[in-house]
Amino acid sequence: MTAALRLVDVTVAYDRHPAVHHVSVEIPEGACTAIVGPNGAGKSTLLKAMVGLVRAVQGRIEFPRRTRAKIAYLPQQSDVDRTFPISVLDMVLLGRWHGIGAFGAAGAADIDGAMHAIDAVGLRGFEQRPLSTLSAGQFQRALFARMLLQDAEIILLDEPFNAIDARTTADLLALVRRWREDRRTVVCVLHDLDQVRANFPHALLMARELIAAGPTEQALTPANLLRARAMAESWDDTAGICHPSAAA
Amino acid sequence: MDFLWDFLFGPFVDHGFMRRALVACLALSTGSCTVGVFLILRRMSLMGDALAHALLPGAAIGFLLGGLSLPAMSAGGFVAGVATALLSGVVARFTSLREDASFAAAYLTALAAGVMIVSLKGSTVDLMHILFGSILAVDDLSLALVAATASITLLGMAAIYRPLVVECFNPGFLAAVGVRGSLYHYAFLALAVLNMVAAFQALGTLMALGLLLLPAVAASFWARQVVTMALVALPMAAMSGLVGLLISYHTSVPSGPAIVLVASLFYIASLLLGTNDSVRMRLAPPAHLQA
Repeated sequence: MTAALRLVDVTVAYDRHPAVHHVSVEIPEGACTAIVGPNGAGKSTLLKAMVGLVRAVQGRIEFPRRTRAKIAYLPQQSDVDRTFPISVLDMVLLGRWHGIGAFGAAGAADIDGAMHAIDAVGLRGFEQRPLSTLSAGQFQRALFARMLLQDAEIILLDEPFNAIDARTTADLLALVRRWREDRRTVVCVLHDLDQVRANFPHALLMARELIAAGPTEQALTPANLLRARAMAESWDDTAGICHPSAAA
Repeated sequence: MDFLWDFLFGPFVDHGFMRRALVACLALSTGSCTVGVFLILRRMSLMGDALAHALLPGAAIGFLLGGLSLPAMSAGGFVAGVATALLSGVVARFTSLREDASFAAAYLTALAAGVMIVSLKGSTVDLMHILFGSILAVDDLSLALVAATASITLLGMAAIYRPLVVECFNPGFLAAVGVRGSLYHYAFLALAVLNMVAAFQALGTLMALGLLLLPAVAASFWARQVVTMALVALPMAAMSGLVGLLISYHTSVPSGPAIVLVASLFYIASLLLGTNDSVRMRLAPPAHLQA
């Protein structure tokens, strides 16, 4: 199996304390991978490192087959100011950023694509509505529409179904399945293990360090989950300096 | 009827300086509306105020070196404004001090330093002149400066419009697609400073922000989109300039406070009567719909 991206001994630290510690793993290409682990396990940090929003203090992240430009990323707590006066259509159109950039005009094809994406997430008729009038679920649908339009080969989702009702979750999971059928690479942070088992053939279990990776049933065994929980969430103020040999 | 004619148009027919001041105000309104709208949307109203005050020491040094010369004072003001914007950003980034606190500190320092410097060489009249503006000072050169500023602002805002909007409402997306949002933020700040420099001839450094901000705030009670907000703000700013100049002429008060007070009236009227979140909508909300 080819790797869509490869992490080699990646460590990301906040204030020198590692949030992701010596993680080496390959994310399979054209498949859906779930990242699972307790709170504070470094799941979000790992995604941010993949997008390039945080820098690894050690190790490297490789994209064997492509440039970084083809990544779509949905943060856990999106920093969208939902009071900002912008319409759903304009927001979704930003998904075409790599085509139209900061200065280009959105052509008929772009707007057509945005309308299709809005339709696909079940928001038909909402095109001209201001963002501020959307509910949390509708807003999440709009963000998915933007990602549809981004047409990215690698899609990173950070807890996309938090505080989202069952029906919206089911609709959005259907989009994830569509991406899988399109052979896109999806990496998704999730807490609901049943959701993971039902929709994600691959899983990656984190507890700051990598506990297990591979086919979901083999990675998420009770023993592995127990080990992940046992890895302290604590932030040890007296921790010594990590030497490469000690980690090996 | 003649009386009304004399009252409304006489000053502009009779006096070249009033005509120049009026054109300056109209040009100023054109450029500064979009800047004002974005100052509000970026929640930077108070920072804008601090920036306006920060022009003072720069203008004062210009005054010290060149007397009441427009190019010297404008250049000084622009340099001081941009320097303050950059410094406050740097201080906020590298210390735990919040950006609003660092702007407040910068503003107090700037105001004190500016008044000191002007007082060293000039008279109280000069100080009043710089603080509160004087329409008598609007000559052809200032007019050219204001017109150039308006043009640069409109072109500049058109150029950075999209990244600036995204930087306002979703900076994380901009970062994720690999665009340096701070670049556009600072370009916008430079345009804001430029507009305040242009405004301070007529309005004074203390009030330079008035024509930028008040019409935009007032417009937010009427319009819900960036473009419509700017379009609503524009006539209010222009009217504030016109009526303020007339009041200033007929009552011999400084032009800055007169213009800004008229803009305040627009703000208060919008606050009371506007269609969005106004007092009127709070007291007598329209009946809710079925779905």
